[in-house]
Amino acid sequence: MTRDNPKDVLFEKTTAVFAFGVLFLAVLLFALLVRESLPSIKKFGASFLVTKTWDPVAEDFGALTFIYGTIVSSFIALLLAVPLAVGSAIFINEFAPEWLKTPVAFLAELLAAIPSVIYGLWGIFVLVPVLRDYLMKPAAEYLGWIPFFKGPVYGPSMLAAGILLSIMIIPFILSVSREVLATVPSIQKEAVLSLGGTHWEMIRIVIGQHCIPGIFGATILGLGRALGETMAVTMVIGNRPDILLSVFQPGYSMAAVIANEFTEATGELYLAALVEIGLVLFLLTFVVNLAAKWILKSMVSRASRGI
Amino acid sequence: MRKSLKSIVLGACAALGLAAALGMTWASPAEAESLTVTGAGATFPYPLYSKWFYEYSNSHPGLKFNYQSIGSGGGVKQITAGTVDFGASDAPMNEDELAKLPGPIFHIPTAIGAVAVVYNLKNIPTGLKLSQDVLVDIYYGRIKRWNDPRIASFNPDVKLPASDIVVSHRSDGSGTTDIFTNYLSAVSTEWRAKVGRGKSVNWPVGLGGKGNEGVAGVVKQTPGAIGYVELAYAMQNKMTAAALRNKEGNFILPTLDSTSAAAAGAAKTMPADFRLTLVDAPGKDSYGICGLTWLLVYRNQRDEAKGKAMVTFLKWAIRDGQKMNAPLLYSPLPKPVVEKVDQSLRQINFKGKSLY
Repeated sequence: MTRDNPKDVLFEKTTAVFAFGVLFLAVLLFALLVRESLPSIKKFGASFLVTKTWDPVAEDFGALTFIYGTIVSSFIALLLAVPLAVGSAIFINEFAPEWLKTPVAFLAELLAAIPSVIYGLWGIFVLVPVLRDYLMKPAAEYLGWIPFFKGPVYGPSMLAAGILLSIMIIPFILSVSREVLATVPSIQKEAVLSLGGTHWEMIRIVIGQHCIPGIFGATILGLGRALGETMAVTMVIGNRPDILLSVFQPGYSMAAVIANEFTEATGELYLAALVEIGLVLFLLTFVVNLAAKWILKSMVSRASRGI
Repeated sequence: MRKSLKSIVLGACAALGLAAALGMTWASPAEAESLTVTGAGATFPYPLYSKWFYEYSNSHPGLKFNYQSIGSGGGVKQITAGTVDFGASDAPMNEDELAKLPGPIFHIPTAIGAVAVVYNLKNIPTGLKLSQDVLVDIYYGRIKRWNDPRIASFNPDVKLPASDIVVSHRSDGSGTTDIFTNYLSAVSTEWRAKVGRGKSVNWPVGLGGKGNEGVAGVVKQTPGAIGYVELAYAMQNKMTAAALRNKEGNFILPTLDSTSAAAAGAAKTMPADFRLTLVDAPGKDSYGICGLTWLLVYRNQRDEAKGKAMVTFLKWAIRDGQKMNAPLLYSPLPKPVVEKVDQSLRQINFKGKSLY
């Protein structure tokens, strides 16, 4: 097989067209979002990003409350999902007996296949009432002096959205983490154990050396899903455009406001403001991924130097 | 072996292609006779419209309706762009929207809907009495607890709990919100100035639920919640609804009769273009939060056959079609209104020729 084989060349060119097609689509999407949001960008400028008001009647728009809601709900989701997912990945890969491995892994990964509207319905009918009566109400009563847990308790809230999101992103982080753990050569694990290391030391050393960048990558994958999740979030977050410190209070996210208001939005400026929220979400995801790539790169280089 | 398989597959493809081609030639004469009228817009009257289209198409073979319930805003956009033959909306088009149209349009009222104020209070059945100003102040967040003396003063026989009022509203843009905020604006000058009326507004307080089912979900799941949903939705789901004080000072429950009473009261003042809002209507039995829903039809039609079909359908809809309103929990149009609509239908024309 030489490189000049015409079939090879054809194959190479075809795949190149596909690759550039994807790139072209992303650029096109960005250009379209910018074009459609121009009226809003011209009217509000940078203040769009730092204004809390969202008033469709007076046509006065700012995205700050939605940006805050998206970031905080995703942050809560990561806070809960990462330890759970990484912990269960370690258990499944390192400790679980063979007969338990497959069913647990299968069921955990099955969570990824459930449509988000099902998560939303489950959130409304099961998660929110349970959280409200058994977690939020007692917490607000006894810990209400902490600003994060201040009442009154309604049910739909930033916390409910964060918890629901965490359940939705666990399978992604879990399965990638398992792949990463599986790449560790067993000879290294055995080496640590043979030197008298405990299981805990083995996992700490092996993960510290090998797996942190991969698990970080898995986390970013989960974050990407959490930032953009729409349906399930809008069903439990309370859809209140406000910035309230307490996680028991309702909030709003960027994806949710687009889903809620786009169909009935009339008027050029209103539509443009909604599209601009889409643009901000696009850029936020872009920046998060770019930052993740950069951090990952420095991690990998540090890890490889460590060995 | 492989060769024969290939030829079988090829043969099958050819046969299918031939069959498809034949099928098309067979189907085409039938298609030439059938006419499809397309429309898009409001979701609120969709159950009624689909019933109408079904019944009407059954008695008029060859005529089909394709209606997409994408929301009132979408309906206005599509009819403005001319991508559909008729639009549908729960909110009348405003002057800005009318100015963008290529030609004059008719708002043809088809049914009257009401918005029920629903609540979740243990042991308090349907009929909690609320006045206009109390409702406004609940939605302003000024009345925070159910046992507020202003609520209690109308309900001396009811034991109101000392719990927080959890206010809920629609989070998606909707004609229901438009009617509800129109009511709040009509009864409170402060609400009109500070919040105003629209399909989405900047709510002073409250949780947002997506769709009638979203608000109903919040209300049903949260003790002490209050919200608003379409009357039909509240009735079908047996939700507890408040009796609202009307203009004459009577407390009226949302029902088909009290909705019709509001329409009858307002029919006398119906403007020529039918862009009437029915909130806080006069009449001793009138319920306060009502609204019309409209089909949007251009006065000057571009297609004679479609225009003719639409006018004939509308003539039927405002007469025989109205009999289907009540069973589906929409109030029918009052008689005087039907007469007025009929006069508008006579003006719909193709190149100056009436299609009536």
